[in-house]
Amino acid sequence: MSHSGWETVIGLEVHVQLATKTKIFSGASTAFGAEANTQACAIDLAMPGTLPVLNKQAVHYAVMFGLAIDAEIGKESAFERKNYFYPDSPKGYQTTQLEKPIVGRGNVEITLADGRTKNVRIHHAHLEEDAGKSLHEGDFRHGVSGIDLNRAGTPLIEIVSEPDMSNAEEAIAFAKRLHSIVTSIGICDGEMSQGSMRFDVNVSVRPTGTTELGTRTETKNLNSYKFMEEAIAKEVERQIDLIEDGGIIKQETRLYNGDTKVARSMRSKEEANDYRYFPCPDLLPVIVSDETIAELRRNLPELPDARQARFIEQYGLSHYDAGVIGSDAAMAAFFEIAAEKSGNAKLTANWIMGELAARLNSQDLSISKSPVSAEQLGGLVARIADDSISGKMAKQVFEGMWAGEGSADEIIEARGLKQVSDSGALEQMVVDVLTANQAMVDDYISSDEAKRKKKLGGFMGKIMQASKGQANPQQVNQILAQKLNELL
Amino acid sequence: MSIERQEIEKLATLSRIAIGEDTITEVSERLSSVLELVDQLQAVNTEGVEAMSHPMKATQRLREDEISEINQREAFQAVAPDTEDGLFLVPKVIE
Repeated sequence: MSHSGWETVIGLEVHVQLATKTKIFSGASTAFGAEANTQACAIDLAMPGTLPVLNKQAVHYAVMFGLAIDAEIGKESAFERKNYFYPDSPKGYQTTQLEKPIVGRGNVEITLADGRTKNVRIHHAHLEEDAGKSLHEGDFRHGVSGIDLNRAGTPLIEIVSEPDMSNAEEAIAFAKRLHSIVTSIGICDGEMSQGSMRFDVNVSVRPTGTTELGTRTETKNLNSYKFMEEAIAKEVERQIDLIEDGGIIKQETRLYNGDTKVARSMRSKEEANDYRYFPCPDLLPVIVSDETIAELRRNLPELPDARQARFIEQYGLSHYDAGVIGSDAAMAAFFEIAAEKSGNAKLTANWIMGELAARLNSQDLSISKSPVSAEQLGGLVARIADDSISGKMAKQVFEGMWAGEGSADEIIEARGLKQVSDSGALEQMVVDVLTANQAMVDDYISSDEAKRKKKLGGFMGKIMQASKGQANPQQVNQILAQKLNELL
Repeated sequence: MSIERQEIEKLATLSRIAIGEDTITEVSERLSSVLELVDQLQAVNTEGVEAMSHPMKATQRLREDEISEINQREAFQAVAPDTEDGLFLVPKVIE
């Protein structure tokens, strides 16, 4: 896609669901997937006479994010009401922060595919509550929508970046970095398919070399990197085409449907965004003491950069492998358990990034939901590393583990997959095959050098067949070559 | 500062409140008188005074992150105008 003469400016607003057990202002559970409205209490439903009580853990998680990106922490922050009418928000407003957010300016460094790094400035991050869900499609009567308020009141931090990104690659690298940070410090489960992280993308274009920002549009609620990439590409093209045709960009909110690949305008700023913010009278200023900040800083879990460096140092992983595994908190934890069990970190890393990642991707599973546990994978890699099984057998064992047949050792035993590496036994096997196939041996001896090489394969096949695939191929190869040489 | 009829209508739309033709003048006058009070407040010199986010000299108490609410869906839905399969039903909203 080339649009010479234009450059793109992108800023992100990222909603991160905090991994608390309860809502931000009530003691109702936030567990995902419960039956509709069974986790919506009187406070979440905005029943008259109820008052919010702020969740300490949500405040602490927000502060931890601030510490992770080296931001100023709002020692005194306050909540505002953002007024709008929508049935999935029973109060008629969202309790959020505007004037005094809990996290101030900070920085996130991103690394691009070519190894270049870039700093993305964070304008601020604030605490707020999530809304419920409106269901428009279902078996409802005509003209009716269903409302599930289980999600209403789930704590969020909204992270607002400066418009520091200039293409989709940078925007996605930034989104992935945030995912890596929030999952590493354990404040979010990172389950994108469950809406744990959602992205609003602000896009504008301007003639290359100019500094004034163009009018921006906001595409809301993207929940995958792929959709983000598609939505940005479409929007950049739309804006440039429109301007080149003499049109004017309207500031508006847009929606992108990743399934149908259709983008459309949701509402223009002038009609709807009059939120009439005012300080929430139900909530007092939130004070975070220096002692609390110091304690949270002391206990802050390892950040992605530090972990990647440690993986290179401690496990001898390559820069690339450490980058891939170390940036995903769940994958990193999985790796450490598996590597410990296998005793071979590099081979473990290969299996995680190869076979396991491919299978998880194909079934759209995150590693925390992997049917093969870290201990199981470690057990499998250990058997490859000590030559008990070949790479080919390992794939069969992996299939067995994926299907829930048990540990690697159990599957190797049950399926009789043990690789024979005992040189005495292998030598006997080779001799037996050569004796039983005298004609092939004669043919081999009478052939020239080049043809002999090809004929080796025939013997290999027979030996592997005789061993039911369990002979160690490298060793057989060696012994076979040696035996045949003796006959020449 | 007085509030125009148009603004009343816009606020009513945003708040989903029906204000009848016969009351719109009265609502306008009453809101205008509130805004006059605000005008008086705004006339005060606040140079160097930090904005106050709450009138009480107290800070927010925080709650431990422990589940304290049980499922009372049936009780809540018993007073709802319309429900189905555990969902609250509302007139179709689609943007």
